[in-house]
Amino acid sequence: MLEQLLANTAFVIMLTGALVGCAAALVGTFLVLRGNSMLSDAISHSIIFGIVVVWLLTRVTSGPVQLVGAALTGILTVFLTELLAGTRRVKYDAAIGLVFPVLFSIGVLLLNLYARDVHIDQHTVLLGEIGFVWLDTVSVAGQEVPQALLSMGAMTVVNLLFVVLLYKELKVTTFDPGLAAALGFAPAIMFYALLFLTSATAVAAFDAVGAVLFIAFVIVPPSAAYLLTDRLWLILVLGAVIAIASSISGYLIAVAWNVSIGGMMAVMTGVFLALAFLFGPRYGLVAQSNRRRSEMHANELRTLAVHLYSHENSSEREEENVARALQTHLGWTQETSRRVVAEGIDRDLILRDGAMLLLTPKGRATAQSILEPWRQQARTGSV
Amino acid sequence: MLELLSDYTIQTVAMGAALIGLSSGVLGCFAVLRKQSLLGDTLSHAALPGVCLAFIIVGSREIGSILLGALATGGLAALFMLLLTRRSRLKTDAGLGIALSVSFAIGVVLLTYIQGSGNASQGGLDSFLFGQAAAILRADLWVMGGITLAALVLVGLFWKEFKLVSFDPGYASSLGMPVAVLEALMTVMVALAVVVGLQMVGVVLMTAMIIAPAVAARQWTGRLETMTLLSVLFGMTAGVVGAVLSATARGLATGPLIVLAISVVVFISLLLAPERGLLWEGVRRWRERRALRGRQVLTTLYALAEEHRDPAYPAEQGMIDAYHGTTTIQAIRKLETRGLVTPVLHEPEMTPHWRLTPQGFAEAERLITQMGGGASDA
Repeated sequence: MLEQLLANTAFVIMLTGALVGCAAALVGTFLVLRGNSMLSDAISHSIIFGIVVVWLLTRVTSGPVQLVGAALTGILTVFLTELLAGTRRVKYDAAIGLVFPVLFSIGVLLLNLYARDVHIDQHTVLLGEIGFVWLDTVSVAGQEVPQALLSMGAMTVVNLLFVVLLYKELKVTTFDPGLAAALGFAPAIMFYALLFLTSATAVAAFDAVGAVLFIAFVIVPPSAAYLLTDRLWLILVLGAVIAIASSISGYLIAVAWNVSIGGMMAVMTGVFLALAFLFGPRYGLVAQSNRRRSEMHANELRTLAVHLYSHENSSEREEENVARALQTHLGWTQETSRRVVAEGIDRDLILRDGAMLLLTPKGRATAQSILEPWRQQARTGSV
Repeated sequence: MLELLSDYTIQTVAMGAALIGLSSGVLGCFAVLRKQSLLGDTLSHAALPGVCLAFIIVGSREIGSILLGALATGGLAALFMLLLTRRSRLKTDAGLGIALSVSFAIGVVLLTYIQGSGNASQGGLDSFLFGQAAAILRADLWVMGGITLAALVLVGLFWKEFKLVSFDPGYASSLGMPVAVLEALMTVMVALAVVVGLQMVGVVLMTAMIIAPAVAARQWTGRLETMTLLSVLFGMTAGVVGAVLSATARGLATGPLIVLAISVVVFISLLLAPERGLLWEGVRRWRERRALRGRQVLTTLYALAEEHRDPAYPAEQGMIDAYHGTTTIQAIRKLETRGLVTPVLHEPEMTPHWRLTPQGFAEAERLITQMGGGASDA
């Protein structure tokens, strides 16, 4: 069963993509919420330096030594960025943009010099080779398992443990660093632990998706999830779900069109983000405009009720409380006044009596609750 | 060396690099001052799908249409980023990251689509990733030069407006300036700078070319005019040095060399620039700390003299140390060379003692009145 699955190339590639996505979304959620998304950009570029250097020193292409060694470069990037921004000569975003290109450049030049020896080439650096992850296997308990699957699986478990075990601490340090410091949670250590795991994940995912596509997996699924919900645990879950969905759909489309698999997976995260942006239940553009429209309609009904109420017992009643007056006096178009009158009748706020518009008790109560709110003992008839 | 400079290819490369330094040097200043340093990062990554699309549509590696495509998708990505951050609760950093990574992913997909379609002339597209000096033709220079010129004319025409919007957008809009339009224009200009440098520096490292010259120039001056000129100078120098190095040493990518060259300039500027240089600040702080210690010791001796109604009161070395919680002998020696304190023997004790000289007494009095009459530093 397991053997069959692992021999299935498509399954291995999709699973690798899904693991990259889940591991990245777990740490990415906190980076996005903290407003540090672009650090993932810096980290994923500069670990190339780390990967090449660790390889030159130890000749190890994968495994824990490479993972930890190269991940330290990610930490170095963030440390140097903070140091540079700390001199107050350079803004934080400019500091990011100054530090990572240097490390990336050195990494690429080292690659140029030792290109024949190093297992990665310039292309892999940016794009990865997720289509080939099934080729590079290691033997575990008599079973050939793809190397990338092992390291990504390990990173996913480590990240999951980190988030689950330190959930409360992460939550407080993310949303209220001041309080976290006062409670003794050491926000700086949490920050660097988070970035260390991000870097390690980037190193593990490097062969599969490369530097730039990794950024998509870190930032985009959590951002999409953030547009869908307010609950932190739900953002984490939804981020992982979106990552898995992107991985599967991206693979299928990429195979159908014969294009880059990793690239297509990253594009799909963008598609899901766009969907969340448009159709999210509370914060989506459609929901926003619906809400705005229904608020506008409610306001029009209130206006109508107040208008009728204020002229109800006056001498201009014959002139004011007719449908035509809504156009001339309230400046509504014919359609608007028709719609509002129809809606008012529907909601039992007004009645039509020939040309005259009469308030129902409920409509009168609505107007009173707006004009004389202090008289309302029991608010019964508000819209 | 002369032989090197007369080489046709190297001349082309050097001119191209100079153009990049010129355009990103000027346009980067505004981006950095407006805290939009990473916008260049997003714009350059977002140029990749444009490069590929133009190639698919035109069918060849024709520089004009490719740069136009890069400009178009860069602009689209910037718009998308703005829409995302204005109309949702995502912050700028997430917006930048999303626009950057997703548009790059689209570019990668298109790139593999082109490779799959087996078009023979697709080889050159790779050079846009890391930049390849050798890939630049004389004809490309005209296009790059044209774009640079257009950007510079734009800057020249709207110099005052750009300056005001960069430093005080609130005031600019109160004067009735179309701030939104000007900001959009400045974003387009960053995209122009990116497009000029794309072929030589590559999409990933254009970020540094936008930010680094401006940051380096900022250290040396507080005036925008001087800053722009310096930024151009730094950008051009680094560009030419990096490009020529890469053209002579075969196999080394151009982009990284140019970026390292400009980063060295940034490093030197951060350390050594007058006023803002970190080295000078370090020296200043060290001096101040020493001077402060001297003043503290002096006022302590004065306070002791006052307390004992004896202007020549001999204070014991160890007691002064204990009083300040640290060794003070260096500070005392410094005061001694200035003639403010003098060592005395206080029989029958054998340990060193110090007392104020008349000048020291006057100096301490002056310091204390300066501090507003606070009698001691306790």
